[in-house]
Amino acid sequence: MKDKNPKSHWRASLGLTGILLALWFLLGFIAPILCRDWLDANFPTVGNAPFGFWMAQQGSIISFVIILILFAISMNRIDDKYGYSEED
Amino acid sequence: MEIPQSTLNLIFISITFVVYIVIAVRSRAVSTKEYYVAGGGVSPLANGMATAADWMSAATFISMAGTVAISGFDASRFLMGWTGGFVLLTMLMVPFLRKFNKATVPDFIGDRYYSRTARALAVMCAIFICMTYIMGQMRGVGLVFSQLFGISITAGVISGAVIVLIYAGLGGMKGITYTQVAQYTVMAFSYTLPAIFIAMALTGNVIPQLGLIGNYTADGTAVPFFAKLNAINTELGFAEYTSGKLSTINMFCITAALMCGTAGLPHVIVRFFTVKDVKAVRKSACWTLGFIAVIYLTAPAIGAFSRVNLIEKLHESSYAEAPYWFKEFEKTEQMAWVDKNNDGCIQYFGPGKSEAGTYSVFQGKGPTYPDSSAPPEQLVGQHGQRLLANKADLSNPNELYFGNDIMVMANPYMAALPPWVIALLMAGCIAAALSTAAGLLLVLSTSISHDLMKKIIKPELTDKEEVNLARFASFVALAVAAYFGINPPSAFIAQTVAFAFGLAASSFFPTLLMGIFSTRVNRAGAIAGMTSGIVFTSGYIVYFQFLGAPESQYLFGITPEGIGSIGMLINFVVTFAVSSLTKPPPKHIAEMVAEIRTPSSKKTSINNFEI
Repeated sequence: MKDKNPKSHWRASLGLTGILLALWFLLGFIAPILCRDWLDANFPTVGNAPFGFWMAQQGSIISFVIILILFAISMNRIDDKYGYSEED
Repeated sequence: MEIPQSTLNLIFISITFVVYIVIAVRSRAVSTKEYYVAGGGVSPLANGMATAADWMSAATFISMAGTVAISGFDASRFLMGWTGGFVLLTMLMVPFLRKFNKATVPDFIGDRYYSRTARALAVMCAIFICMTYIMGQMRGVGLVFSQLFGISITAGVISGAVIVLIYAGLGGMKGITYTQVAQYTVMAFSYTLPAIFIAMALTGNVIPQLGLIGNYTADGTAVPFFAKLNAINTELGFAEYTSGKLSTINMFCITAALMCGTAGLPHVIVRFFTVKDVKAVRKSACWTLGFIAVIYLTAPAIGAFSRVNLIEKLHESSYAEAPYWFKEFEKTEQMAWVDKNNDGCIQYFGPGKSEAGTYSVFQGKGPTYPDSSAPPEQLVGQHGQRLLANKADLSNPNELYFGNDIMVMANPYMAALPPWVIALLMAGCIAAALSTAAGLLLVLSTSISHDLMKKIIKPELTDKEEVNLARFASFVALAVAAYFGINPPSAFIAQTVAFAFGLAASSFFPTLLMGIFSTRVNRAGAIAGMTSGIVFTSGYIVYFQFLGAPESQYLFGITPEGIGSIGMLINFVVTFAVSSLTKPPPKHIAEMVAEIRTPSSKKTSINNFEI
């Protein structure tokens, strides 16, 4: 087992959280609410649904699940890297 | 031999009840640790299912699709708000609170801010949030029971309360967790199955989500489904389905308040205290949101499909030839028809078809009916329709009334599905109400027995006394909830969403967040912040919802539904300002915060769980 390094661990997890929160904001607020009309007009439709509308009713929810999966996987890597891996 | 629908419903519901109670009895809790957090050893998958069932209430299950059907794009705020909150919850809250290793949310606030006042404030908020929420659930259970068994709502609420009490009071967190796993299964099946059939009928696609973005094929030609829906809407005088009426700032604020509120709801947070360790928390959160997404991704499809189906089946059809289920729902008061133009046909029109811009069928909020002892000409109209006591609203031509829940409830009927699907749906509906009520009840009883009695009023309680007190508290809480379920403070219930989420967003979310991510915020800051957040948010809601202030006074045009986001900002600002002007917290608090930021150590092992 590697040496525990709480400071680097915290910095790495803050970094990851920051990136994923930015993604969350992009896919949960900017795309479906703030830029919705622009996306409807300028982005290819998803099937027959306008892009912004589809993001608001389907895409954002799918993105949230993917964000959480990315979080779980990357946090486990960070834990391992800085000596905090938990045994199953 | 044909089994009548009501018998079938009864059989399905009885089977599920037996299953729930057997599970609860087999896994009943004996220690406080089991009662509060199921012993801390639930698998991430099981906890994910249980949390999903806990999260989705009867209102979500029955009315969400209807809300989407009626308000189209605007309903996205609920779809996103109640799923996106789990991203915040998982990344910013639960791993740290799990590591902290105490039984409740007020425990963390009380310890982190080394203050009984802060703890007491948190307990009050937790009790208030859960209480507003559970009242709505009891009402929901009562309504479903009364429709199913033809009993009064009062009897329905009481029988629902007894069932919840048996397995939540007895089983504690351990009992309800495993019951909720069963309940989620029932809910997911009963929700998606009718959607699949209706998707095949309307779009020829087996997967509802693909049908939604595909073509409408029911009348032989293929038209993009949304184009069809927009065309129907505009033809009948409604706004386009895919366009929204809410302003961007309101969409933004409401979605944000719902998301942050979700991340601060105590009954959701404690769910994650039931798994083994921090790694399991993260995994469990993925499962939870995945299971919730199954229902939330289906809701927009059900909403859109049923809207098309409902209009195609009822609009401009004569009452005499209307489908049989329309008459069934007339009986249960969920649909009504007022023949304004006396042509014997049902017309459904939106606000665009009247000069007044209205489309209400009758005057007053909901349908009311004459007493059954009234003379027959007041009860039944000339075409055989059920008559309302309300006066018709003659400012517009719309004749068809239906409640939000009809989009889910009438779905299997409209798609002509076999009766057992309908029975399954009924069972799913009850599962949704019971699972949420049980989860809330548990947090309520814990708040009272643990946070209030043990930690504030009577610290010398033994473990055993505490569990018994928790059981007693759940009885009292349920009695209060049942009372309000029977006599709902009407304005109040309707505003549950605004209140519970606004309060969670403006009190728990910022206070917990800063407690974890800042070592500088201190007792004075947290108390001042929480107080100002709560006072501002509840003041705003009460001012506009209960005292009836005009909408023109809205701050930046934000509705009370979205004001939690502003309350949250106020909490953040006040906490930081007051903290920076007062002494930093004592050294052991900084150590405690550093400790919870790292995921694992021997201390988190469940054997050392501190209650």
